[in-house]
Amino acid sequence: MIRIEHINKRFRKLQVLDNVSASFTKGQVVSLIGPNGSGKTTLIKSILGMVRPDSGKIYVEEQLVNSDHTYREKIGYMPQIGRYPDNMKIGQLFKMLQNIRNTPVEKLDKTLIEKFELEKIFEKPMRTLSGGTRQKVSAALAFLFDPAILILDEPTAGLDPLSSEILKEKILVEKKKNKLILITSHILADLDELTTHIMYMQEGKMQFFKDMEALQEETGELRLGKAIARIMKGEQFNNEWIDKMLEIKNDEKIY
Amino acid sequence: MMKLSKYVLYDILRSKIIIAYTLFLFVVSISMFQMEENSSKAMLSLLNIVLIVLPLVSLVFTTIHYYNSYEFIELMSSQPMSRTRILLSEFAGVSISLLIGVGIPVLLFSADATGFALVFTGMCLTLVFASIAFLASVIARDKARGIGFSLLLWFYFALIYDGLVLLILFSFSDYPLEKLTLLLSALNPIDLGRIFIMLKMDVSALMGYTGALYKDFFGSGTGILFTTGIMMLWMVLPLWMAVRKFKKKDL
Repeated sequence: MIRIEHINKRFRKLQVLDNVSASFTKGQVVSLIGPNGSGKTTLIKSILGMVRPDSGKIYVEEQLVNSDHTYREKIGYMPQIGRYPDNMKIGQLFKMLQNIRNTPVEKLDKTLIEKFELEKIFEKPMRTLSGGTRQKVSAALAFLFDPAILILDEPTAGLDPLSSEILKEKILVEKKKNKLILITSHILADLDELTTHIMYMQEGKMQFFKDMEALQEETGELRLGKAIARIMKGEQFNNEWIDKMLEIKNDEKIY
Repeated sequence: MMKLSKYVLYDILRSKIIIAYTLFLFVVSISMFQMEENSSKAMLSLLNIVLIVLPLVSLVFTTIHYYNSYEFIELMSSQPMSRTRILLSEFAGVSISLLIGVGIPVLLFSADATGFALVFTGMCLTLVFASIAFLASVIARDKARGIGFSLLLWFYFALIYDGLVLLILFSFSDYPLEKLTLLLSALNPIDLGRIFIMLKMDVSALMGYTGALYKDFFGSGTGILFTTGIMMLWMVLPLWMAVRKFKKKDL
C-alpha cells in the first residue's frame, strides 16, 4: 500500500533521511521507533506530501506522492501537535473537513467523537481547549473518514489513561478491518499489544524493519522494549535512549 | 475553493481586528468629510490615508494571519487538497475580509467618478499588498523575519521609492525624462494609484509639465487600461510566485 524507494532529505547540514526504503502492506500495524530527531516525523510528512524529499519516490497504492493530491483521501493523519484556527468551533472544524472531503454522512465513523464525548463541547472555540482535548479532536478527525491508511504521530502523548485506552481499543478495531496503521511513539508499552511490525530508525537511517514474531524469536524476549534493547546492545548502536526507556518501565514495577 | 475561504473568512471576522479596522476607516472618512466643506478637499486628505495606511495594514495583517494559520495550513495539506488551492483560499479569505471596510463612507458622501476612483484604488492597493505579503511570508521562515520583510517592502514602496525617483529626476534633469517617469510610476503600485486619482480630481495642473503628459496618457482610454492592467499584474504576479514557491516548500 505504501512503497518508499530510496528517499533522501537534507535540511541544510543535517541529513534527516538517509536512503530510506520500505514497503508497508494491508493489515500491518507498523511501529516507527527511534530517538528524537531520527527522522520519524519527516518520513511521515514525506508520505503525506508535506515535506518534499530531495530524491527518491514514494507510492501510496501505486499513486506517486507529489504528482496528485487525491491519494490523501485514503489517509487519516493525526499530527503530533494539532493546532487549529483559534476562533473556529469544534463542530465547525468537523463540518469543514466533511465539506472538503465530500464524504456522505452515513459513511462517517463517529465512534471516537462519541466515546471522547466531543459533541458536548462542539460549541467551544478551539483556542479554549487544553492540549489533551486537542489531541482527542485530532484523533477523532483522523478516524472520521474511515480511511484505509492511518498515520498516527505520537497518538497517546498528552492523553489521560482513560482516553489513551479508548484510542488503543479503536486502533485494535481498525487493525482487524485489515487497514494499514503507522504509529510513532516513545511509549513502547503502548505499542506492545498493537504492533505487528517494527521499523527502527536512527540518525535518518532505517536500522531494521522486522515483524514482531521474528523479533521475539531473535531476542527471546516477549516485551517490545526489552527485545529492542537486546537488539541494540547486540549490534552496538547508541543505546542510551533505549536504556532510558527501560528505566521508566522498572520504575513502574514498584507501584 | 469557496468552501475553505468561507471558514478562513469566518475565523478572521471572529477575531474582531477587521471590525476595528473597518470602524477606523469609517470614522476617519466621516470626520474628513465633516471637517472639510469642500468634498474634493476631503477626498485629497483621504487619498493620503488610502495610499499610506491601506498598504501598511494590508501587508502587516496578511503576514500575521499567514503565520498564525500556519498549523491550519499544515492540517489542510494533509487532506486531499492541492497546495495551490489551499494558498488561494487563504488569499481569498484574507482579501475579502480586508476589502469589507474599504470605501463605504466614501461612496456615501461622494458617489461620483472621483469617489469611485478612490475606492477602486484602495481596493486594488489592498489586493496588491496582500499578494506581496503572501510572497514575503512564504519566502521568510519565521514570523519576525516575515513581518520585518513586509515592513521593509512598505517603506520601500511608500517612502524610499519616491526618494529614488526624485533623485533620478534631479540628477538627469538636463534630459527629457517624461517617458521614463511614466515607466517608473508603473513600477510602484502606490504611485500608480496616486496618479490615477490625481487625474480624476483635476489637480494635475499642479504637477506642471509632467502633469500635462500624465493627463495626456493616463486620461485617455489606453491610459486607464494601462493602469488597470499594471495593477492586475501587481496583484497576480507576486501571488503566482508565492504559489510556485509554496508548492515546493516543506511544511
